Parts: sequence; structure tokens; C-alpha cells
Amino acid sequence: MDQSVGAIHRERPPAASTRGHILIEDVVKVYDPAGAAVMAVDHCSLEIEPGEICMIVGPSGCGKTTLLNAIAGFHEITSGRIVMDGEVLCSTGRPKATPGPDRIVVFQNGALFPWKTNLENVVFGPVMQGKLARKEAIDKGRAMLADAGLSGVEHNYPGEVSSGMRRRVEIVRALMNDPKALLLDEPYRALDSLTKSVMHEALLEIYYKNKVTIFFITHDLEEAIFLGHRVAIMTTRPCKPKKILNVDIPHPRDYGVLTSKRFRELIEETNDAVHEEALKAFQAGEKEG
Amino acid sequence: MKKMLSNPAFWRGVASIAVFLILWEIGSRSKQWMAPEFFTPFKEFLGAMGFKKDYLPWVGAVPAPSAVLDSWTAVFVDTSYWQSWYMSFFRVMSGFIAAMIIGIPFGLSLAMSRVAHGIGFPVFEVLRPIPPLAWVPASIIFWPTQESAITFITFLGAFYTIVINVLGGARSIDVRYFQAAQSMGASRADIFRRVILPGTLPSIVVGSAVGMGITWEVVVAAEMISGGGSQIGGTRGGGLGFFIWLSYVGGSYEQIVVGMISIGIAGFVSSELLRWGGRYVTPWLKAR
Repeated sequence: MDQSVGAIHRERPPAASTRGHILIEDVVKVYDPAGAAVMAVDHCSLEIEPGEICMIVGPSGCGKTTLLNAIAGFHEITSGRIVMDGEVLCSTGRPKATPGPDRIVVFQNGALFPWKTNLENVVFGPVMQGKLARKEAIDKGRAMLADAGLSGVEHNYPGEVSSGMRRRVEIVRALMNDPKALLLDEPYRALDSLTKSVMHEALLEIYYKNKVTIFFITHDLEEAIFLGHRVAIMTTRPCKPKKILNVDIPHPRDYGVLTSKRFRELIEETNDAVHEEALKAFQAGEKEG
Repeated sequence: MKKMLSNPAFWRGVASIAVFLILWEIGSRSKQWMAPEFFTPFKEFLGAMGFKKDYLPWVGAVPAPSAVLDSWTAVFVDTSYWQSWYMSFFRVMSGFIAAMIIGIPFGLSLAMSRVAHGIGFPVFEVLRPIPPLAWVPASIIFWPTQESAITFITFLGAFYTIVINVLGGARSIDVRYFQAAQSMGASRADIFRRVILPGTLPSIVVGSAVGMGITWEVVVAAEMISGGGSQIGGTRGGGLGFFIWLSYVGGSYEQIVVGMISIGIAGFVSSELLRWGGRYVTPWLKAR
């Protein structure tokens, strides 16, 4: 195993933003400590710079979603701490962070409310937080949907539009909260590869306009290298960084990158590490998740 | 309307009802067309099987649709027939609405609070298997009027189904919706109003539709057993169930069928109203 990665890496700060710094320190998560004691995350440390796109790559069920849930405040951690912009989100003494609009999750299968139209979904956050009056929120939501090329589906229900569009609406809904960080949990997993490529460019386009920190979980190495400033390859359960790759392909990127020589070299550099973990996960028979 | 007329499914439905009526008419006139000697061996066979010899078993004893129609036109101008409709509808609706008013909050509280579930659910589960009709004698004893007893029984018919559906529906709301709402700053009251209620609404609609069906079954039986609340309207206005019972006692078989079909129509109309209301409150479901 690559020993150079236990510690914190800060080689390539994008310095595009001043907020959204996430520090994960020595986080441990053990499920069912009294019984089966399954270690999902093992002394994991990772520092994510403000405005960075940090890609977390690992086989299914490796424990990367556990990490995301800890940051989001959906699950407790066993020990360690997570700090965002100097504020301790959770620590050994206070194991569960409080979910908040500064860290919005975009879920694997999407969590747009099916009973609200796309526009109603998008205005939900600011109205709930009392940050905007309903009318202002609607104006802003309209503008942001238009910006993402989604004007035509404002009054449709999520169930009436394609899954690719739903995912884009959900990212717009997240950005409406003016978050410091977006936490994306394999958001494009269920999409076909053609839609996926469109979604990648759309995500980057949105990112270039709103420089938020992006914590992006995936098991797709190409997706990770195409999108990320850095790619953290995680070991399979228990999860911790095995290798951290600095993607030295300059942003803004477009799909031309996929055929570039450097892109191929980076894939080659990391493919073995990813494959090794995938194989371990397969042999351990981890459940998808 | 035009769309309906050009829809083959609509005409298939019309044809199926027409064929059904024709077969029924032929069947119930079997006494006439089985008169020729040609049918004698068949009649002997029926006799050997223990049936009456001169007409087809079962269907031959049922009044023909044409006779039913005659009888119907006769009662159509009779106010007591419409009073029966009104009484049954009134009982069904009051029982059903009471079941919604009590059942929906009860189901939601069972789903949302572990304490409420712990206290309420065991009693509920013990009472639930008791058929509403088994409550008839007891409710006649402990309700002051027969009218309230019948309404109570119809209430029971819908109540259990509504509660079970609300409970199941609220519990099956995906946890991601709660997490997303919480992240975006929704308070507990917001989550109840904007996630739990709309998330449970489809199950409320389904539970109500099933409950409505049971309510009609129950009201008819309750009216027959209890004598149709005779002190309020006497033989007039005892409800459709009592209308059938009275026709049976009075030997008017055509009128029994009139009563049966009336209940069929009443049940259909109630379900259709409910479906229409359900579509109105859950507009997002037609997207699927």
C-alpha cells in the first residue's frame, strides 16, 4: 500500500474561492460497535481546499458514502473530527454534525420532491431558511434554471422529465442554498454514458459560474480524472485514502480532455490502484451501496 | 366526450355490458324457450340433479333485465326509493368522512411517534381482525340510536383500511427526502407539512378508495340486519340495504335486483368521485 497518503495533502490549492475548506481528521466509523463491529472508515484524513473539486474513487460499498454522510450530518462518526472553515462539524465528543444548507447533498438516485414542480423544488431551500421571500426565491430560481438551460421544465414535475434533467435541477436546487460545499454521491451512476458526458460538461459549466467546493463520490475513474482537481483513491472497507492524484490538466476543461495524452497517462498511473481495490472488494463480497 | 367515443376500450366495455344483459335475458326466459318437447331429456337430467325441471338452474330463477327495468321505472317515481338512496349515501359518507378525520391523524401519529405506535398499535391490531358486521349487535346496544349504530359500523369499515394505508405510506417515504429537507433548513413542522403529508397523500387516496368499497358492503348489511333504522323513516327511507330486504320479504324479486344494481351504481359513483378527487390532490402521479 502507498504509505505517502495517510497524511494531509495540500499540493494544489485551486484558490478559486475563500470558503468551503473541509478538513477530515483521523475519522473512524465503526458500525454496530457492540456487535459485529464492522469498520467502514479507518483513520481517514483528507483536506479539501476551498473551491476544489475533490473526487473520491473507490469500489462500491467501500465506505465512501459513510464519509459523505458524516460530513452532511446524516450519520455519526465513531472518532476523529471534521472541520469546515474553522467550525468543527463533528468530533469524538459530538459525533453527529447538524445538517445545514452550507453542505448540500446530491443523492445517488436523486431526492427532488416528486410532489413539487421543478421550480417549487428549487425555491424550497431559500424559502425554508427564510433567506428570501417566496417571490424573490421564484425569480432567482427561474434565473438559475434558465442559466442551466432548464427554463422549459420549470412547471413540470420531476417525474415528467429525463433523469439527466432531474439531476441538473437537483444541482440547481442545491446551489440555490448558496452552499459552501456540494456533496455528490455518485449522482450520475444511473445514467447512460452519453447522458453522463453531457452531465459532466454541464456540471463543470455550473461550477465555473459558482465556485463551490465539490466533494464528489464515484467509482468511475475516468469521470474522476475528467472532473477533479484531485482524485482520492480509497481502499475498500475500511475506507481511507490509498493514493491521491493531482490532476494537472488545467481548468476549464471540455470533452477534448478525454482524448488527450495526459489524461491517458493519469488513467494508467491510477488504474492499477483502483483495480486492486475493486478486486479486494469483489473477493470480500461487499454488498453494493 | 369525443375522445371517449373514439376509444375502442370504451366500445369494448359497452359491448361487454350488452352481451351480459342479452345472456341474462335469454337465461331468465328459459322457462319459455324450454317449453318444447325437444328439451324433455335435458329437463329430466336437471330433475335428476335435484334442480327444478322447467327452467335453467340459477339464472332461470332470476328476473329478466326487461322485468327489472319495468320495476325500476315504477319505483323511479317513488320518493321512498330515492329516500333509500339518500339514507345509504348519507350513512356511507358520514361513516367514511369520520373514518378519514380520525383515521388519517391516527395513522400519521402511529407512523411518526414511537410512543404512539407502542401504545396505539397493539390495541388497533387486536381490534382490526374483527369484521365490522360482528360489531352490529354490540353497537346497537351501546349507541343511543340505530342511526348512529349503522354509521359507526360503516365508520369501522373504512377506518382500519385508511389507518393501515396511512401508516404504511408514511413509513415508506424515502429517508433521502427527510435528509434533503433537513439540509435545506426545514423545521420539524415544515417536514411534516411539506414532506410527510404530500408523501403520504397517494397512500391516503388508495386507502380511501379501498375503504369506500368496504363502506358500501358494510352499510348494506348493517341496514338489513338492523331493520334500516325504522324509527326515523319507517319502511320508507331505510336505505338501499333495507330496500332490498323489504323487496325480498314482500316477494318482489325484480325489486331485489333493482336494489342490487342501485348499490352497484352508488358504489361506482362514490369510487369515481374519490378517484377524481385523488387525481386532483396528487397531480404529480399522472407523470409516471
